[in-house]
Amino acid sequence: MLEGLIGGLFNGVSIGAVLLIVALGLAIVFGLMGVINLAHGELMMFGAYTTFVVQNAAREIGGIAPDIFIFVALPMAFLVSAALGLLLERSVIRYLYGRPLETLLATWGVSLILRQFVRSVNWPIAIGLGIFAVLFGVGRWLLNHYTDWDRISQWANPIFVGLSAAIALVAGLWVQNAGSNQFTRAWFSTRNVDVATPNWLRGGVTVGTSLQFPYARLFIIALTILCVIAVYWFLNGTAWGLRIRSVTQNRGMSACLGIPTDRVDALTFALGSGLAGIAGVAVTLLGSVGPNLGVNYIVDAFMVVVVGGVGKLMGSIVAALIIGIAVYLVGSGTLALLFPPTEVFQPLIDFFNFFATTSMAKVMVFALIILFLQVRPAGLFPPKGRSVEL
Amino acid sequence: MTTDATIQPRRVVKASQKRKLIIEAIVVIAIALILVFVVPMFLSGFRQNLLGRFLALAIVALGIDLIWGFTGLLSLGHGIFFALGGYAFAMFLQLNSLPEGQIPNFFSLYGVSDLPWFWEPFYSFPFTLVATFMIPAIVAGLLGYMVFRNRIRGVYFSILTQAALVVFFNFFNGQQQLINGTNGLSTTTTIFMGQQVGGADMRSFFYILTVVFLVLMYALCRWLTSGRFGRLLVAIRDDENRVRFSGYDPTAFKVLVFAVSGAIAGIAGALYTVQSGIISPQAMDIAFSIEMVIWVAVGGRGTLIGAILGAVLVNMARSLLGERFPDVWMFFQGALFLIVVTMLPNGIIGWARRQFGPQVSKALGIAPTHLPYLDDPPESESEPLADTPEFAEK
Repeated sequence: MLEGLIGGLFNGVSIGAVLLIVALGLAIVFGLMGVINLAHGELMMFGAYTTFVVQNAAREIGGIAPDIFIFVALPMAFLVSAALGLLLERSVIRYLYGRPLETLLATWGVSLILRQFVRSVNWPIAIGLGIFAVLFGVGRWLLNHYTDWDRISQWANPIFVGLSAAIALVAGLWVQNAGSNQFTRAWFSTRNVDVATPNWLRGGVTVGTSLQFPYARLFIIALTILCVIAVYWFLNGTAWGLRIRSVTQNRGMSACLGIPTDRVDALTFALGSGLAGIAGVAVTLLGSVGPNLGVNYIVDAFMVVVVGGVGKLMGSIVAALIIGIAVYLVGSGTLALLFPPTEVFQPLIDFFNFFATTSMAKVMVFALIILFLQVRPAGLFPPKGRSVEL
Repeated sequence: MTTDATIQPRRVVKASQKRKLIIEAIVVIAIALILVFVVPMFLSGFRQNLLGRFLALAIVALGIDLIWGFTGLLSLGHGIFFALGGYAFAMFLQLNSLPEGQIPNFFSLYGVSDLPWFWEPFYSFPFTLVATFMIPAIVAGLLGYMVFRNRIRGVYFSILTQAALVVFFNFFNGQQQLINGTNGLSTTTTIFMGQQVGGADMRSFFYILTVVFLVLMYALCRWLTSGRFGRLLVAIRDDENRVRFSGYDPTAFKVLVFAVSGAIAGIAGALYTVQSGIISPQAMDIAFSIEMVIWVAVGGRGTLIGAILGAVLVNMARSLLGERFPDVWMFFQGALFLIVVTMLPNGIIGWARRQFGPQVSKALGIAPTHLPYLDDPPESESEPLADTPEFAEK
């Protein structure tokens, strides 16, 4: 009985840990900044693909590299996703602050593009993008230095984007036609790829007769705890964390006091995106990696943040654990076992057995979340204030 | 809104309004007649069927426009209502094309010998007709009530509708024994009014039916959005707190309009199902429901004609581009989201009205319509004194 309880709790916590590590970045981007980023799942997917690339490189190197590649993949994934997030914030999202519904639609567009990008990226596309970036970047820099940019940006910007894009497109198409098959093959294609778990993460600790704690799960739990501590320290113990919190509380006053709100926004968004990348590394240990990886997690992650209460890290942590345990209890059919198999309880047992699959457990837990929001509309830890808004 | 228009006597305004309404009615009926009688002459059966489907999707777009364009509620879960309507009608068709006493074939695959209880009422045609829009309306009403009662709004509403969508998707996808799970219900070979639903005659019948319903739904939405009710919806969109402080209860209006929108989506789902030949949980895919929103955004939110135009245009682009270059289509679709949101917030119709509206009004001899545009200098949305993060000030 006790072993069953501990086992159940462990499974629940490990589901919760995955939820939490995915939702952590979202808790920052959505919770602190109020930006709905539907491309968050895709940033995670980029983290997962980064892990895949690092793993392949490690295989080439050989030696102990395939065993420790995950420690290289973690910072790499963080950097790749953070850079992508920074680009996204600077190019799209910063124009849409204060218009959350528009942000939602725009980031969905970005997520579609990123998903298709992973499917079809090959050398010609990469070369085209590189040419575009160089032309646009250098051109902008030159104009910025030698002309009155503010005056001409109105018409110069569109022309410049169009011109660079056209040159890049032509170059890309030319390479596509001239290159060999090997050269124009898609890098990842639409098929799912697998990241081989390092040897030392296979297997698990066995306690007692039937309890088993897989190392991969333990690793994810440890990683989640580390990330939470790091984020907590960053937000509460560093100067930039202080700035982020102050901008969150009162943007106008922070700007008056000389905090560069523009840079704080970019930094916060990049941090949240980077955390998505780390979550991407974590989920490669659980299954294969595909272009649609992100979509499977994004709704769950948003639920965690909504249940936890927006703007509170603690809320997200508690919510992730509760949802994780609830999903496990319902999905494994443990609830049905609680009742003695007598005539009286049969309808209840049937009811719980009906929901005892992974997908049906989600149905029940989401229904419970909607009911929960009837009692606490602002989540577990609602923000305090005199605001009329929720 | 500009106020420099000289104040005219009430009689003149009324007359102008009446004239506008008559012109609009004539235009709508003329377009409908062209769609019914002229367009089929130029299109092959396949293309006509495709157009019929797009028009069915345009009906959903009307429903989305009603709640998003006018009331400011962005629903990402309209796939639920669309699918419920489709399933209701498909169940009726399946049951009524069987010999007496048999149950649909797929049940035998899962070892089910008795018809599940909730299939029983769908033997009746009148019940099905009502269920097609009432079931989605009731589900929408309940969901709306649970959410709006707590003053959950804005993006939280969007996220919750999306979560509800995932719930329904999982439910329909997982229940093989009840509703044929992933495979969905096929209607192609079923019999309706003595003829096969997939047959050529029935297809053109459903095409005409779709046009008729599109006109009816347009009239319904037009009626709802003009007059006091419509102005209240817009008021809720622009400043809900002020509406509440003026003595109205926004919750009731929001629930009502959400239910109506769900009902419209249900009807559209039924019409789409009979023309595409199948309804499956894929109709509750997350992407599909977000696409519905972009149709409205492309056409121009807050204008009914824009919703219809957007739905037809985007779907045509999908069938032209998507069939031949699926990769390019995905990039294009993503770019469409970005472009519409950042550069064309009022959609095609909003842009055209602003450019050519005054001239057209002049030519027709009616007073120009003043519409608020989304890229007009914004009024701050949040309360100035509230100590919430004020991104609106950026």
